[in-house]
Amino acid sequence: MEVEDILKIGDVEINNRLFVGTGKYSGNRMMQDVLVAADADVTTVALRRVDSSAPVESILDYIPPKCRVMVNTSGARNADEAIRIARLAKASGAGNWIKVEVVADSKYLLPDNLETLKATETLVKEGFVVFPYMSPDLSVARRLADCGAAAVMPLGSPIGSNRGLRTKELVEILIHEIKAPIIVDAGLGKPSDACICMEMGCAAVLVNTAIAVSGNPVEIARAFRMAVQAGRRAYLSGLPEESIRASASSPLTGFLRDDHKSA
Amino acid sequence: MNIRINGENVVLSQGTINLQELVTGKGLVPERVVMEVNLEIIPREKWATVYVREHDQIEIISFVGGG
Amino acid sequence: MDFYDTFCKNKDIDFINLFGALSDRDVERAMTRENMGLMDFLTLLSPAAGKHLEPLAQKAHETTLRHFGKTIQLYTPLYVSDHCDNQCLYCSFNAKNPIARTKLTLKEVEREAAFIAATGLRHILLLTGESRKESPVAYLRDCVGILKRYFHSIAIEVYPLTEAEYESLVAQGVDGLTIYQETYDEKIYDRIHQSGPKKDFRFRLAAPERGAGCRMRQVTIGALLGLSDWRKEVFFAGLHAHYLQDRFPDVEIGVSVPRLRPHAGKFKPLSIVSDKDLVQIIIALRLFLPRLGISLSTRENSQLRDNLVPLGITRLSAGSSTGVGERIATGGQYDAFRQFEIADHRSIAEMIVSLRDKGYDPILSDWCPI
Repeated sequence: MEVEDILKIGDVEINNRLFVGTGKYSGNRMMQDVLVAADADVTTVALRRVDSSAPVESILDYIPPKCRVMVNTSGARNADEAIRIARLAKASGAGNWIKVEVVADSKYLLPDNLETLKATETLVKEGFVVFPYMSPDLSVARRLADCGAAAVMPLGSPIGSNRGLRTKELVEILIHEIKAPIIVDAGLGKPSDACICMEMGCAAVLVNTAIAVSGNPVEIARAFRMAVQAGRRAYLSGLPEESIRASASSPLTGFLRDDHKSA
Repeated sequence: MNIRINGENVVLSQGTINLQELVTGKGLVPERVVMEVNLEIIPREKWATVYVREHDQIEIISFVGGG
Repeated sequence: MDFYDTFCKNKDIDFINLFGALSDRDVERAMTRENMGLMDFLTLLSPAAGKHLEPLAQKAHETTLRHFGKTIQLYTPLYVSDHCDNQCLYCSFNAKNPIARTKLTLKEVEREAAFIAATGLRHILLLTGESRKESPVAYLRDCVGILKRYFHSIAIEVYPLTEAEYESLVAQGVDGLTIYQETYDEKIYDRIHQSGPKKDFRFRLAAPERGAGCRMRQVTIGALLGLSDWRKEVFFAGLHAHYLQDRFPDVEIGVSVPRLRPHAGKFKPLSIVSDKDLVQIIIALRLFLPRLGISLSTRENSQLRDNLVPLGITRLSAGSSTGVGERIATGGQYDAFRQFEIADHRSIAEMIVSLRDKGYDPILSDWCPI
């Protein structure tokens, strides 16, 4: 029996907590097959200058109708560029869901949290539904949530690294402290990585590279889908406790058995 | 007429051309691209009435895969 | 929006049924949780958890060590006025109590300050009875002006102030606020606070967040244990602390666990809090909020205080006197009129020795403003 478990972003109800990115596929057909196999409700696309020499077909035509598009601002190196990309995305008619991704570091592709915060503040005021991608930092996450981010998206490890959830300790703190949904984005390499995120209480995960560069993207997409479901169910059911350590030898409450005047 | 499209110098032979004509002339589907002229986004409805001028900096943007 | 909204969402919890449904297994499960939620906190406060105090105490002790090490912050209260406009049934300062009232002159405040500072202690808690007329904010500011020459940290425990008033005191040098709600049961609150401005439950309830919003470094809240069912009272105090920690991550939030003591009035506690209950209270607070400051006053006797320290206490008062000007007037002898009776008469010097003997580091000066 399916448990009623819906992620609400504003008025939008999301059933599938596996968000799937559309980058790095061998072709639009393959990308489409993956979105279908993953049964994705949310997908990400990017904006680029039109390449006059490339085919004129649009990636949007390959995205299943049920799939909501979130436009990421990849390529932006500062807040102003991210804001510009977001406005272009809106003008294109792709909706107002924006993943703010500001990367000014070409070596590790780690996000610039300060510029991300600036862009988020401005875009929220302009009515965008903003999903900032960030390095897991509690203060910044608080500020992002306070200024109205729809979710906070900490990285699991550097983009495309497939190294899994290396930021676990920090992401756990965000889950515990931040009221906005926490969506782990970037670095998840295996379905088990996604499962761990969901078991911890992440609201969703965003996976791209691990699926796109797999030997069999459609199969791995299904596996990610199942892993996310499994992790989510485990989280909702309350994980079994780890066993309690044996009692220490010197009791701390022994004095209660003594005769006490003030008892 | 000398303009820049997506960062490249382009010489247009036509005397007057609007944005709609520019886009379709490139074989692009208007619904799938966004246009910015001199950093200002031009809504699709206005493309037929906005004409390209000398030294305009035009960006034609479309969607690609991304994570 | 203030804490009252959060409070209202929880005030109709059916504690009796909820506690009744909890099993040993629920307690064991809650105990192992890394990040506890409200339900876990309730579980730790339940009668069922009372059967697991030793393992819970071990975990609370470990948690305390991990977050605070073997340190105890010492502070001492300085009562400067016992004038009061309120009639609180449980308090000796009750406006209707026929006692001679005292208010220290600034010169006397300075003498007391010097007397206390000579012990090496640099934390002071400035207290007054709750009378805006007799101890107005201007008087408090003047007192703080003197105290800051002797102390690194000055906390106040006075009537609830407005935000602007808290701001003016912070500007003058106050860095801590202590204010107890006394009871989170609105009906009992109304009944036992018979008259005076203190009858305003909500103004008092929102005082900690008004203070926290004014860059206080430390805000301590609490319920006077014994006015209503302690399990509920501690639940709401914990909920309140949790709310403050969430909203003011830069402020150190603390909870004090005062038990109702004998005093000049004839008020009998409405609910008895045993030593065992007090142990459970400290453990539950510690496990629910690992970073929480927990204060224990000299209302409790020295033996019990020593035993409670490892469970989660982070702040102890010492060398206390709860009568105005008592330290100087009596040369350290205790026979003046007091807000409540002291059960631990150890001086600051004795307290330091006692803590060191147990391997604890007594902190006399935690933080010195730059």
